[in-house]
Order: sequence, then structure tokens, then C-alpha cells
Amino acid sequence: MPYGPKVIDHYENPRNVGNFGTQEQMKSDKRVGVGLVGAPECGDVMQLCIKVNEQTGKIEDAKFKTFGCGSAIASSSLATEWIKGMSVEEAAELRNTQLVQELSLPPVKIHCSVLAEDAVKAAINDYRKKNGLPDMAEDHDHAKAG
Amino acid sequence: MALKLPIYMDNAATTPCDPRVVEAMLPYFTEMFGNAGSRNHSYGWAAETAADTARGQVAKLLGCTDKEVLFTSGATESNNLAIKGVAYMYQKAPAGQSGRGHIVTCTIEHKAVLDPCKRLQKEGFDVTFIEPPADGVVTAEMVKAAMRADTILVTIMWANNELGTINQVREIGALCKERGVIFHTDATQWVGKMPTNVEQDNVDLLSLSAHKLFGPKGVGALYVRRHRPRVRLQALQEGGGQERGFRSGTHNITGIVGLGKACEIAMAEMERDALRLAKLKSKLEAGVLAQLDSCVVNGNAEKRLPHISNISFGFVEGEGLMMAVKDIACSSGSACTSASLEPSYVLKGIGVGDELAHSSLRLSLGKWTTEAEVDFAIEQVVQGVKKLRVMSPLYDMHKEGIDLSSVQWAHH
Repeated sequence: MPYGPKVIDHYENPRNVGNFGTQEQMKSDKRVGVGLVGAPECGDVMQLCIKVNEQTGKIEDAKFKTFGCGSAIASSSLATEWIKGMSVEEAAELRNTQLVQELSLPPVKIHCSVLAEDAVKAAINDYRKKNGLPDMAEDHDHAKAG
Repeated sequence: MALKLPIYMDNAATTPCDPRVVEAMLPYFTEMFGNAGSRNHSYGWAAETAADTARGQVAKLLGCTDKEVLFTSGATESNNLAIKGVAYMYQKAPAGQSGRGHIVTCTIEHKAVLDPCKRLQKEGFDVTFIEPPADGVVTAEMVKAAMRADTILVTIMWANNELGTINQVREIGALCKERGVIFHTDATQWVGKMPTNVEQDNVDLLSLSAHKLFGPKGVGALYVRRHRPRVRLQALQEGGGQERGFRSGTHNITGIVGLGKACEIAMAEMERDALRLAKLKSKLEAGVLAQLDSCVVNGNAEKRLPHISNISFGFVEGEGLMMAVKDIACSSGSACTSASLEPSYVLKGIGVGDELAHSSLRLSLGKWTTEAEVDFAIEQVVQGVKKLRVMSPLYDMHKEGIDLSSVQWAHH
């Protein structure tokens, strides 16, 4: 499987790997939204976490952990890089096609970018839910731990 | 000394040609290029002599007589000829009918055995595919349980190509002898690595390939027993009647010379090589397991070839793993190259789950594998898996004590 240089760069030097504590800690933190999408038997699981500044409403930090191929790692790494500093509303506008273009993903890897977009949306929805807000547009049936 | 990257640890897929083999082959391309079928001149005689010599070298490695060795294009052809050739010769009913006879094989055989068996199944033969236990070893007891009154052939590989596990060949052979059933073994991974004696091991038909034992690609052999019992085969390829009519086609003299030389070298060196490789393999497995948790070495720990190691790594994904070990030329447990996501049927066949099957590596050592290469492989595998686990949400959950099977995953 030949990978493009940007995929290799994100795979070799992933940006923003991590989370904001354990699943329990993140669950109880109202500033944090966690999106967990994919399934192990499908070969991709992404966990993307955002931390929102309560004053500004901006995503002050974003972290990811991904179980998946190089393209899945690169898609989630790039997504965290992009949404950092955005408002929650701006981040919700992120489209998988932007990731495909930036990373030059081949057709067989487009699902990786879709998963990254879903992970961002799932994280935002988790954040909104914790703060008593309704889900954004599409409702994703994302995974729940426990 | 700097290592040449990527290091080669895929000797179960193919091996480099031994320079001594190449040297033996060279004159047969340009000087002694004759057709062994040409009986009227010295070019033909030289080729015939070369084939005879090679036949003797192969026979010596197998412990059989020269006349029992047929040259083929490789183990795939040998397997096809053995399995279909026996089935058509010993069938209990003619084509077009059912109940033509029963064949016993195993689900984790090579495709070159499985697919001929499946074809015969479509043509009216019955086939039992033994499902091996978790350690991958097929025993005589399992074969005995699968046999029927109308069983005409048992085909069980000597050692598995993905796991390196060694089946109970001698015992299965004894059982077949007792029942008067023909026994074929695909010994592609075994011959030239481990001592072989078709008499003591009770084998009737045996397939081998030159390129797995440091010989050239495109040539192999089929051992066909001539006494007690005399095994008959229906030829699949017809023509000039070479190889006593079992396998027509002009002899691949260069390849045959190479195969012979490779067998001669194996005869002299395999014992020493096996001891050395067994130590290196132990070092490799111990090195990896000492530094990584949640790893499994697949297949029976003792009944395994000295040079094949198959390890599954929990909580990392297969394709990511292959990227992480890019400086090691090896095989993954995933048939997944780009589009297909099928994990190895061999690993699935011994009960390894899909996720672990995908994140498995087969590392196979060879005659020229060095300790420095093994050290390098340990380091790269350990670093690679650690790096991926730092990124793996599944590994985090595992460490937090979350049972992954209790998580409701969003399926795409």
C-alpha cells in the first residue's frame, strides 16, 4: 500500500496524540467532548476528544487516539490539528473531503476520512449533550464505553 | 556492519538461491542446453545425465529410490497431480456420479491443496476438512475420526506454512498404511529443513518446491511410492510422455539441476542450520514477549519448525503494524492489501479472532539470517507496537480494565 508523503508524515509524527484523562474522568468533565467511532473488527477505531473554553466557546485543545492504518491515523491527526482554535460551530463544518484532498487519500482510504469527520461530530455532540444542548445536524450512532 | 534494509524475514514465502546452486545451474543455460529427450547426440545425453544426477540428489534427501521422484514446476503442481491424480485413478464411481470416493484433508492446508480438494468435491468426491485445535497440530486421532470406509486419500501437510506447526505425519502415515489408504503430504516447508525419510515416515506421496530450500523458483518434485503400495496416478498434463508419462513437458534442466544441488546442500547442512535457527527463533520470540504484553505466539510451542514464528499483537491494527515494521520484509496475518479485509484463514482456522489475526506477523528465518538481524527485528517490532499502542484507544481501554467486547461499537 503506497502512502502519500503527508500521510507518512502524520503517521511518523502524529500531532496531538492523547486524551484528557481516563474515560471516567472525561465523562465527568463538562468542558470535554469525546467521540468514539468505528469498531475493532472493522479495523478502525478513532477516539477524538475536544476541550472547549467556557468563556470563548473555542476548542482550546484536541487530542486523538486511533487504532487503524496509516491513513486513519493521519486523518485523525490532521483533524485535531485543524479544529484546534476553532469554535465548536466551525469545527462542525469540517468535511471528510477536505481531509482527502489535503492527505491525497486514494479511493480505498476515503472511509478513514469519513471516520475522522464522524469522530469530530461525535465529540461535539458529546460536549453539547453534557451541556444540555441538542445534537448537531446528523445524529451519529457512536460507540459508548461501558 | 550496517544491515541491508529491509532485512529479509520471509523465508517461508521464498528463499534466495544459494550461490552454489546458481553456479551448478549456469552451464545448463548456455553449454549443456540439450533436451533430455534427444537420444541421438551428446547435448541430449548431457541433459539426461544431469536430470538423473538431480533425481538421485532429491531421492537421497527423501530416503527413496531415484525412480520414485518426478520433476514438476513446483509444489502447487505436485499437489494438484498427487490429489487429482489419485482421485481420478482410485475413484469408486465414474465422472458425473456422486459417491466417487472420500478424501480427508484439513482446513489450514495451503490453497494448492484446498482448491484441488474443493474442485474434486464439485466433481462428486466427498471431502472432510479436519478443523485443527488451537495449537494447529493435526494428529492421527483426528484423521482416524475423519476416515470412512470409502476413504481413498488422506492429504495432510507436514508443516504449516503460516504457523510452522508440525503435524503427526509418521502416525498419520501408519494409520493410512493400516487402512490401505493413500497418504499424501505437502512437505514444502519441511523438506530441506528437517530430516525426511518416506519409508520411516510412511509417506506415499510428497510434494516439495525448490525455492523454499534455497533453490530456484519454477521447479519442484513429487515423490510417488513404487512399492508397498505402488501408487498409480492419472496424468493431468499430456504430451511427450516425460517423467514416465506422469508429467509431460520438456525437462526444465537448469531448474532440475538447481533443485538437485539445493537438496544435496540441504542434506549436508540442514541439521546445523536447524540448530542455529531454532536458537535465533527462540531469541526473537523471547525478546519480543519480554518487552510487550498482550502478545501471543501462534501454534504449538514445541511442535514447530525452527525457522517460522507467527506472533499476534493485541490492540494494534494490521496495516498500521506493517507500516511500523517497514524495515522488515515479512508477512502479515492479514490478506488485506488494499481492498480485501480478509484475515488469514489459517489463523481463523485455529480460532484466532479476526482482530488478532489482522495484527499478526509471520517472521521466517533462513540460512543467512544473522543474529544482528534478529536483534534489529526485535527492536523494530517492539518499538513499532509500542508506538501504535500509545496511539491506540483500545489499549487504553484495556489498561483501564474496560472489556472491549462490552463496548457498543458503531459499525460502518
